[in-house]
Amino acid sequence: MSSPSRMPPRKSSGTLPEGLAAGIASGDPADISEALNRIDDNRPENRESVLALLDEMEGRRRAHRIGVTGAPGSGKSTLLDAMVAVLRERGRSVGILAVDPSSQRTGGALLGDRMRLSSAARDTGVFLRSLAARDQLGGLSEVTGPSLDIMQAAFDIVFVETVGVGQSEAGIIDLVDSLVFVAQPAAGDLIQFMKAGILEWPDLFFVNKSDLGEAARRTSTELQAGLELANRRDPETKPRVLCGSARDGVGIEDLIDAIEAHQQLLTSSGLGESRHTAGRIARVRSIILARYGRFGLEKLTESQEIAGYVTARTSSSVERMADDLGRGVESALRKGAG
Amino acid sequence: MSPNRDRPWLIRTYSGHSSARASNALYRSNLARGQTGLSVAFDLPTQTGYDSDHPLARGEVGKVGVPISHIDDMQLLFEEIPLDKMNTSMTINATAAWLLSLYIATAERQGSPATSLSGTTQNDIIKEYLSRGTFVFPPEASMRLTSEIVAYTVDHAPRWNPVNICSYHLQEAGATPVQEVAFAMANAISVLDHVRENDEVDDEKLARIFGRISFFLNAGIRFVEEMCKCRAMTQLWSEIGQERYGIEDEKMLRLRYGVQVNSLGLTEAQPENNIVRIALEALGVTLSKRARTRSLQLPAWNEALGLPRPWDQQLSLRTQQILAFETDLLEYEDLFDGSHVVEKLTSELLSDAREELQRVLDMGGAVMAVENAYMKQRLVESHTARLRAIESGELTVVGVNDYRETVESPLVKGGSESILKVDESAEREQIESLEAFRSKRNADEVKQALRRLEDTIKAGSNIMPVSIEAAKAGVTTGEWSQVLRDVFGEYRAPTGVGSAPISSADESSAAVELVRTRVLDVSSQLGRRLKILVGKPGLDGHSNGAEQIAVKARDVGMEVVYDGIRLTPKEIVQSARDEGVHVIGLSILSGSHCVLVVDVVESLREAGLSDIPVVVGGIIPEDDAKELMKAGVVRVYTPKDFDLTRIMSEIVDVVSEQNAA
Repeated sequence: MSSPSRMPPRKSSGTLPEGLAAGIASGDPADISEALNRIDDNRPENRESVLALLDEMEGRRRAHRIGVTGAPGSGKSTLLDAMVAVLRERGRSVGILAVDPSSQRTGGALLGDRMRLSSAARDTGVFLRSLAARDQLGGLSEVTGPSLDIMQAAFDIVFVETVGVGQSEAGIIDLVDSLVFVAQPAAGDLIQFMKAGILEWPDLFFVNKSDLGEAARRTSTELQAGLELANRRDPETKPRVLCGSARDGVGIEDLIDAIEAHQQLLTSSGLGESRHTAGRIARVRSIILARYGRFGLEKLTESQEIAGYVTARTSSSVERMADDLGRGVESALRKGAG
Repeated sequence: MSPNRDRPWLIRTYSGHSSARASNALYRSNLARGQTGLSVAFDLPTQTGYDSDHPLARGEVGKVGVPISHIDDMQLLFEEIPLDKMNTSMTINATAAWLLSLYIATAERQGSPATSLSGTTQNDIIKEYLSRGTFVFPPEASMRLTSEIVAYTVDHAPRWNPVNICSYHLQEAGATPVQEVAFAMANAISVLDHVRENDEVDDEKLARIFGRISFFLNAGIRFVEEMCKCRAMTQLWSEIGQERYGIEDEKMLRLRYGVQVNSLGLTEAQPENNIVRIALEALGVTLSKRARTRSLQLPAWNEALGLPRPWDQQLSLRTQQILAFETDLLEYEDLFDGSHVVEKLTSELLSDAREELQRVLDMGGAVMAVENAYMKQRLVESHTARLRAIESGELTVVGVNDYRETVESPLVKGGSESILKVDESAEREQIESLEAFRSKRNADEVKQALRRLEDTIKAGSNIMPVSIEAAKAGVTTGEWSQVLRDVFGEYRAPTGVGSAPISSADESSAAVELVRTRVLDVSSQLGRRLKILVGKPGLDGHSNGAEQIAVKARDVGMEVVYDGIRLTPKEIVQSARDEGVHVIGLSILSGSHCVLVVDVVESLREAGLSDIPVVVGGIIPEDDAKELMKAGVVRVYTPKDFDLTRIMSEIVDVVSEQNAA
């Protein structure tokens, strides 16, 4: 781990420490951490400096962003650990954003079961930040997006790991370039997969625990069959189904190769760019929805076409656009009330 | 005295510290005082397969046991103790094959063949994943090692107990009697099923192996229930032998178990009360002849204060001798046969245990129930329930949550003199002797031995013969373990805390609600929710305390990063920085707190993170606590701080003060 040359003030002062953005881009963990703390800091005097930082990050697009999702017990963390090891061997820098559920009752949360991240992975200076899902039932807290916007500027690869099947995929898809779904053999038959809607989004399926033999093969076949019928969001791309064992390190190289191939496809086809824009539009929309409700969103769309607005502002961060549009919603709501 | 007195159990004391030489002196004086067997405590580096000079061994050498890095250490440990006459129990698990190899090689140097040896290797890896934390390799590889030791000893050291299935540590981790019985049985079944798959093991051999599986139980203060637990276990084991393994020989079906009585319930407050607790707990496992222990180890009354001195261990030894030789306990048939109370309680425990055992078997057995964290979660739940009952006063602990009024105890007046202080030079001396050993051995022989070891493991052959050869060639504990680490990989077990439910007591507790409100207040001052890192530096794997703190912190509304066991100070600091935490809680029970905690505090300072306050919990003598506070730690908690809600409240204070500063 690199030792920070400069000590950023840890208490929010409303202004950013000098050189923070450059520090993030150079992968300095102290600066990245400082920025993530500020993203999470909800005091209003802090907001403008955060938006300025996020705008700057928008101009520093770098990482391939990979979502990793699957049911609890499917072996996501073990797989992540194995993928990190392979990526480090290939000389890639890696950051991980792990999202864990919060207690609805107390707001408390137990985060990042790093027990599963081997010391080998930790030794190489892989950066891991865990986030509580907070009040978001779907699984992603609202700081996940901006946190990822910071981390993507710092590393070659950023993973976003989430728990759960179904709801959270819809949120994560707006944040990442490639989505990997970890399937557990015999955990669900085809109908379950379809019901959960998980066949529509992922770009890669990894059937874990292939040492279970027949069960893994059956799950793989079911997935293949289901994908023929599924209503895919990008019908022109065909998702791949791979088998392996995260625990035994089987099939990990192939998975990384497949992810890299997917990354190339995204670039060469232009799909990556259109997904990125679509993700930004969707994020702005869902922030407005979360802050002002369905009525607020309707009010906004009466006067402003969100997609056009976002597409025209390639150098603005999602948070900035949401704040700016939000002011419009507020005034429209006031008028509506008056 | 009655002529038909039964033979007493083996009388032991779990001991070992500082160095092979110091431990040898201790063993010989214990034997001279009438101890009839030995129970070796190894230090944590030895238990987790590191030489004394490995970075992770720093601060841990000679702390909770004796460091054994090579054959000369082992030889010194048993100097002038003829191994063919001794019964030695070794608390060793992940590296059991290696320490047994060193033991056999040492015996051969003494002129005694392996066939003459009696004793026990603990060699129970499942409970390491669940509670004790000195595992190294993944479950499959560990089960392979276990069954290879079994297959080897049944022919070459037939008087050796190769596996000692421990329910002891499950109770320390919070297990109820039913869980203790059920999980231990599930564990034994997983070992036996694995052994049965070995081609060399036929029915006749399986019966002999079954007869050599022994158990290591705990005995808590509810001694009537504990006695019934032993009776229930005796019956269940015999049933399993007959039904699952087709064994008919009555002798082989008998449950053979040793006991160390409970440490979990020993208190730091009014510690002399523990003398009585220990004696009563010893009754639980000796009263009923039908289910009497084969060997007994009693802890020392001052264990919750620090390491016991020779005098403290002598008191425990005398307690056993009074029970065995002064009382009339050993003169009668079973006292409880025909007691409807005992029979009813036993059969209730038995039927609940059968049900829980079946549940574990249905999910694929003990290994599966480790990997999916089922057993761990149940233990964390039980332990949480126990601590909350103490906190609420529902469960009385004399001198702790009731009858706290006390005169000053003359026994602890001496402060740090009432415990053993490990000589801090022990670590340095051990490293020097290790270096000297390395330089005098034949490097080529060592290299060849390590290569043969690796080839043997990869070929799937039994590891014991090559390990004994490696011991003789001068291979070290760290070298042997590294070969296995390279082939098998290292394992990190699930923590089990993630899905621990919030207790109904905490749901409605006004005190807890108050802390929750304060967490919210401080969080809004901070701008984001209070985030805490709970960490265990060093090799100590007793994670129960850290887990309870993590669960409680979550339940008062904090966001908790729990990284699990065996972390270097550097890793803890890295995690604190990456995660952006407001406070760090460290837990250490191995006595290496001074070195490791100070390392963490200093590393934080170097990383520019000295504004993150550090609180520490563990078995920390008062003088050490002062030293830690001087080094920059803001709060130190010891076993007498049983009120977790109050600890949480103070942690909120600490963060709030830091933020205001």
